[in-house]
Amino acid sequence: MEFPKDLKYTKEHEWVKVEGSIVTVGITDYAQDSLGDVVYVELPQEGVSVTKNEPFGVVESVKAVSDLYSPISGSVHEVNDAIIDSPEAINEDPYGDAWMIRVEIGNPGDLSDLMSSDEYQKFIEEEK
Amino acid sequence: MGENGVKGLLLDEPLIFERSSEGRVGVAPAEFDIPEADPKGLLPAGLLRDKIDGFPEVSEMDAVRHYTRLSQWNFGVDSGFYPLGSCTMKYNPKVNEVACRLPGLSLIHPYEPEELVQGALELMYELEGYLAEISGMDAVTLQPSAGAHGELCGLLMMAAYFKDKGRARTKIIIPDTAHGTNPASSHLAGFKVVPVKSDGKGALSVEAIKAVMDEDTAGLMVTNPNTIGLFEKNIKEIARVVHSKGGFLYCDGANLNALMGIVNLGAIGVDLIQFNLHKTFSTPHGGGGPGSGPVGVKKALEPFLPAPRIKKARGKYSLEYVRPKSIGRLKAFYGNFSIMVRAYAYIRRMGGEGLKRASETAILNANYIKEQLKDTYHLAYDEPCMHESVFSDKNLLGYGVTTMDVAKRLIDYGFHPPTVYFPLVVHGAIMIEPTETETKETMDKFIEAMKSIAEEARTNPELLKNAPIKTKVRRVDETRAAREPVLRWVKK
Amino acid sequence: MPYIPHTEKDRVRLLKAVGAGNIDDLIAVPENARLKGELKLPKGLTEQELTRALKEKAARNSTVEDYSSFLGAGAYNHYIPAVVDSIISRSEFYTSYTPYQPEISQGTLQAIFEYQTIVCQLTGMDVANASLYDGASAVAEAALMARRITGRDKVLLSAALHPEYRETVRSYLHGAGNHVSEVMYCTEAGVTLPAALDSALDSDTACLVIQYPNFFGSIEDLKSLAEKAHAQGALLVAVTNEAVSFGLLASPGSLGADIAVGDNQSFGNTLSYGGPYLGFMATKTKFIRQMPGRIVGETVDIDGKRAFCLTFSTREQHIRRERATSNICTNHGLCALAASVHMVSLGEAGLRRLALLNLSKAEYLKKALANISGVEVAFSSPTFNEFTIKISKDPEGVLKGLLKKKVMGGLNIKRFYPALDKHILVAVTEMNTKDEMDSFAEALSKVLG
Repeated sequence: MEFPKDLKYTKEHEWVKVEGSIVTVGITDYAQDSLGDVVYVELPQEGVSVTKNEPFGVVESVKAVSDLYSPISGSVHEVNDAIIDSPEAINEDPYGDAWMIRVEIGNPGDLSDLMSSDEYQKFIEEEK
Repeated sequence: MGENGVKGLLLDEPLIFERSSEGRVGVAPAEFDIPEADPKGLLPAGLLRDKIDGFPEVSEMDAVRHYTRLSQWNFGVDSGFYPLGSCTMKYNPKVNEVACRLPGLSLIHPYEPEELVQGALELMYELEGYLAEISGMDAVTLQPSAGAHGELCGLLMMAAYFKDKGRARTKIIIPDTAHGTNPASSHLAGFKVVPVKSDGKGALSVEAIKAVMDEDTAGLMVTNPNTIGLFEKNIKEIARVVHSKGGFLYCDGANLNALMGIVNLGAIGVDLIQFNLHKTFSTPHGGGGPGSGPVGVKKALEPFLPAPRIKKARGKYSLEYVRPKSIGRLKAFYGNFSIMVRAYAYIRRMGGEGLKRASETAILNANYIKEQLKDTYHLAYDEPCMHESVFSDKNLLGYGVTTMDVAKRLIDYGFHPPTVYFPLVVHGAIMIEPTETETKETMDKFIEAMKSIAEEARTNPELLKNAPIKTKVRRVDETRAAREPVLRWVKK
Repeated sequence: MPYIPHTEKDRVRLLKAVGAGNIDDLIAVPENARLKGELKLPKGLTEQELTRALKEKAARNSTVEDYSSFLGAGAYNHYIPAVVDSIISRSEFYTSYTPYQPEISQGTLQAIFEYQTIVCQLTGMDVANASLYDGASAVAEAALMARRITGRDKVLLSAALHPEYRETVRSYLHGAGNHVSEVMYCTEAGVTLPAALDSALDSDTACLVIQYPNFFGSIEDLKSLAEKAHAQGALLVAVTNEAVSFGLLASPGSLGADIAVGDNQSFGNTLSYGGPYLGFMATKTKFIRQMPGRIVGETVDIDGKRAFCLTFSTREQHIRRERATSNICTNHGLCALAASVHMVSLGEAGLRRLALLNLSKAEYLKKALANISGVEVAFSSPTFNEFTIKISKDPEGVLKGLLKKKVMGGLNIKRFYPALDKHILVAVTEMNTKDEMDSFAEALSKVLG
């Protein structure tokens, strides 16, 4: 399982990539593996606001359903519509093609409690 | 080994639409003994249809062959051992099927005048009384169509009770071991679900309930025996806690097959319960319904029962519709009558003594399987169980084998798999409920098969991974079904 | 003991194997929770005694064969071909559970898939579920579904929707804060009053619920009602509980309905004093994730062979718990099978002929009754196989008088509509012969005269 060093991670198993005032959000390799084959994903509209630690969407496999929690507060800048039609990308390329939303940061302080790759790996070891 | 699931001659069969031939009629309707009306003269043109595209058109015999072949791809209680935990797949007596088809019980219209259906009303009235006696409740409604429907009925009554008392309550406590219908029904009835965890031994603790029970909480919904197959031994004390805050103790009666003649639920503090006639009272599951989910309540909740109620006065039965505090109704008419007839027949056949013996035997059988398998499979909670026990795949994971593989391999041995991956609190759960209607010989064959599968898991896990191999189809691609949904046939 | 196979020797052996001296030692129920004494129930019966007892009860009911029955109102007496009971009596169908293990449930699964297709064909919709409990609860589920889809609260019910269906919707929606209101019917035409709709439909309305044909038997102008609903962004829910009408009437889907629900009891399911019946639900593809109930889909097995399985399960209670689309767990699978077998054995031509026969008989009786002095057809709208008459006397006494002549002459609807205190709802099916209808007319004329 891979956990790229240049990303930040949340306890809800999302990854976050910070680029200037925009963060990109997706789910981790560990999350997609636990879910199994993803069959459906529900994402917000562009322009809506999201709140830190509140659900912004849903991801479903055949027998599980999981909320997607926003790692930060802000407004949705861009949505990856491509994965709505091909949710298998979430299993195949969770850190690449299967990014989910890009959010314009509302409060930079929100980023301070995100985990590093090493911290996240330790976190999932403890959770198992 | 096992029931020797051998492969017989299973015939392929297309969809009924693919057997169609235009203009073919199987069983023609009656002849016209009156003039044929002209729909064009009677109805506006826009309201008439001239074709039902793709509708099946086959001969009577082809219809019979079609469905006969389909039936042969199924496995029922009549086919073999069906230890599906939580579902109580006991024998469905044949006399029940004869009973509900008696013309005097099947060819009666729900709006016939009461004086023409006294036999039906009496049967329902008596069945209500039997269920009240079995559960220790004061009154029973037969209206709900299924267990979940009964849950909704009970929860709506609780909500109505508190509203009537002038102070609505908003929450309901549900243990993490509960069936998914409990939280779903609670939500539908307008309650917020407060989850509680069971303790290390799979039981609810008095402290856990004390910590969350308050005067905004309508009550606690508890399955007893719980879904781990254990009797909630603190139930009386828990009831006291719930009652001390003015709440109700709702018992999900899905597992009542362990308690008949053994526990009086009313006497230990239960205020309302739904019965699953298709589990405890031997009515068939029908490939997923129809069932029936009557609800029993204590006096305090009686005014809130759905309408109509069956009343008896001077030897005559009638339907009482005017009930100002009633929650209303949950379906048209009075409930799934033909299922009630079957359950009534079962209770009369068994008598009080027979029902008690059924529960005792269900417990004996479940403990027998638990004892025989606990050295082979990991037992989630090593406690004396009631009518079912829960194992897991913990001992097998090292061989790359999961609960699903064991379940599928059991099919090749000629058994229906147990309930798997439920309750959620046990990882890789395997929940086995043999019921009282199985012989020791059948259980022994099942035990032997389970042991043999555990051995295969160690020596030849591929056998499990590829299972089943003897069925009409092998493992199906559920991911594809969800990603590329095909939910109906379409004419090409 | 019936149905319990253990001999005394078996019991002893099993007890020994679990290390218990007797059964009481084994039962893990604390003493303070045990039942004191025995259950007070009648003594068990032999099968022969039981059969006699049940026949005695059955004999105290009068059937629709003992009388000429013109009762309908959501429960219809149709002829059920012999093949239906023959097929649903196959125990591979009726003694199996919900098809969770697809490899040994292909029969049930394919049968449901075919049933879903037939429901789509009849209703003119894209997708259907595996069935619901009955027509009334299906309407309640449709109202909840419309609220989820639109994000709006208000549910508008036509007053010409079956009164017990309306009551069911109110009970179901109680937990969601109700927001149910009703639209008056036109006292002349017996259909939903268009003028009343204009003020009731607004931008808070989730759906308008119309029965087609409605409770009075009148056929609603579904198309214009759908247009009115859509103009306000509301959905149109069409309810049909006399499904034989689908053989003649344009499908709800073709007239603009967004959700089609109702009861398929008319096909293959006996009256059985009100249940079990067969709720159906169909909708448009885009709404599928908000549809409650089981759904079967086609797929393949690992060898690439056609196979069926339950799908879209993440909508359901066992996975989504309190956030599920519904609390429903079962469906009415065996009733759906009965309906399928009946429809398949009729075929398209048979179904259309059956519908025409029902229409023709109802028209014949309607004319015969209208010719009686003191009887008029209550409403001007066209009807299918059920219609409302208005008589010159109190229906209660009149219907009692008819019973003496072995006629169940329809339903006195005053209980549901106090203003309609001289009205009787009359249903006619292929089971009513010309002679029966002539006798009914003659008897009614005498009772009124």
